[in-house]
Amino acid sequence: MRSPLARFLVRRIVTALLLAVGITLVTFVLTNLVPGDPVAANLGQRALGDPAIVAQWRADHGLDRPLPQQYLAHLGGLLHGDLGTSQQSHRPVLDDLAQSVPATLELAGAAIVVSLVLGVGFGVVAALRRDRFADHVLRVLSLVGISVPTFWLALMAFYVFFFRLQITPGSGRIDPGMTPPPQVTGLYTVDALLSGRWDVFSSAVGHLAAPALVLALYTIGLLTRFTRSAVLEVLGQDYVRAARAKGLPGRVVLFRYVLRPALVPVITVAGLAFGSLLSGTVLVEAVFAWPGVGQYAYKSATTLDLPAVMGVGLVVGVVYLVINLVVDVLYGVVDPRVRVS
Amino acid sequence: MKRAGLFARTRARRLPEAWRRPLAVVGVVVALAWIVVALAAPVLAPHDPLAQELPRLAPPGPGHWLGTDQLGRDILSRVMYGARVSIPLTLLLVVLSVLIGGLLGACAGYFGRWVDETIMRLADLVFAFPTVILAMVVAAALGASLGNAVLAVLVVAWPAYARVTRGLVLGVREREYVLSGRLLGFSAWRSLRVDVLPNVTGPVLVLATLDIGTALLLLSGLSFLGLGAKPPSPEWGAMVAAGVDVFDSWWVATFPGLAILTVVLAFNFLGDTLRDALDPRTARAIKERAL
Repeated sequence: MRSPLARFLVRRIVTALLLAVGITLVTFVLTNLVPGDPVAANLGQRALGDPAIVAQWRADHGLDRPLPQQYLAHLGGLLHGDLGTSQQSHRPVLDDLAQSVPATLELAGAAIVVSLVLGVGFGVVAALRRDRFADHVLRVLSLVGISVPTFWLALMAFYVFFFRLQITPGSGRIDPGMTPPPQVTGLYTVDALLSGRWDVFSSAVGHLAAPALVLALYTIGLLTRFTRSAVLEVLGQDYVRAARAKGLPGRVVLFRYVLRPALVPVITVAGLAFGSLLSGTVLVEAVFAWPGVGQYAYKSATTLDLPAVMGVGLVVGVVYLVINLVVDVLYGVVDPRVRVS
Repeated sequence: MKRAGLFARTRARRLPEAWRRPLAVVGVVVALAWIVVALAAPVLAPHDPLAQELPRLAPPGPGHWLGTDQLGRDILSRVMYGARVSIPLTLLLVVLSVLIGGLLGACAGYFGRWVDETIMRLADLVFAFPTVILAMVVAAALGASLGNAVLAVLVVAWPAYARVTRGLVLGVREREYVLSGRLLGFSAWRSLRVDVLPNVTGPVLVLATLDIGTALLLLSGLSFLGLGAKPPSPEWGAMVAAGVDVFDSWWVATFPGLAILTVVLAFNFLGDTLRDALDPRTARAIKERAL
């Protein structure tokens, strides 16, 4: 444990585990806040009239025990993969989620790649062209990106590009009538490539384009703004001036002296951006009928299917936690100052 | 002539440089315009926002400038009345977040130890969730209503202020003027109010202005999900949601969405300007360029 890196890793992992327990506590407390009585929701009218049946049902489901004991039982259930049963689909929430996770991963993955490429690129251009025309345009565009309501943009994109111009395919992950590729990863684009089905691949990419771009707009705006200020800060440093003064070519100064230190903090922002992408999926998938976690969350929220909503909160919370852990560890590995502080 | 020129110059100088840039002017004008619309909606709106008339789903044209929805209600009037729902609620939300988060953050920073630990771990817990997801989970648990949606957004919004205020208070807590105040017999509350608070106001104000947009996006997002305003309320998010079922009648969703976009954009322009004006480094840079 002498190595600062090992100490840093252990500290971050322990914090993440504690937060994971905290997430389960939040969903448990919220579930118990519900004004509706779970007994009334699960038993029929006749059974509800019989106190013995009600008492038996409560005992069977552990509802007669004190809340801390109920929480421990809930935690035990979670460790065995029991996230409860959806009131809508009448299937285990975990099964429902497992079915929809790959679709969301494919969408969010495509969106994060687009965001990183465009957001960082625009940010660097804006910083290098500071106070020129390109900077002003990018500044306004990035502000529009973080100000536009995602659910509205999704609807507008669907209307304009699918309904009016007919340049994007409609809703879903592939064209209707097309059989999905044999499942390996669950990501249609990757699975189609693996099985050599080019028709499915091009259909999947076509279907992915519009929702991924809509989803990415907010994070593109966020990353552009952040990258711009990070690059500007480094550009003002003495060592950059020194590198220029000794006659190094502009390209070398930019890539070796400016971008390397400027882009390290972008890792953290990219982690945070992934959180907003996960949030965005709830609003975008509903419009594009994308069969992922977001659409499942939307359907569960609109029908107040509480076990399903809590399942989504729990799983997304834990996924976000893991991403932030990875980001922090990466940051610690790349920047030694972080792990010492 | 010369006197008038001089006078004009001093007058112009009084307005900080950051506020003379086009984005700042646009932000102020649009935000003020929306506040006027919210206040004067009963006078400005051409129709009753709840009155159902024929034709239904009429496209924009004379009589109904922004068209009508599925129930034949005038969209322009509903968008105008919607400002009376969305804007005051969003402002209230941000004020409450600042008060709650600011107070908790100040206590955490000033008292330290277990007070700090408890408050900041609670904040960490909120940060552990993506915002829309946590707001959705809270709103669903509390039950679908606009009041509960506001509460849900409040739950996710306060920690940012707690974190910023805590950091700032930690920065000034050990300063000599704060310590000398304490030695003179200031109570903890008086010391926080007189010596510490003026130092944290600027950054918190910037955060709050930028947060108005975020809060409106969240609140309307929850209404879009059916977890906020209920029909027939002319809340903008709920109006966009109504447009999902009739997306070929583009005007039903387009205008309430544009209303959200313009308000959020205006407050983001304002927030950016405020940050530039209050941050001494940026303010100096702007000044140097202007000279």
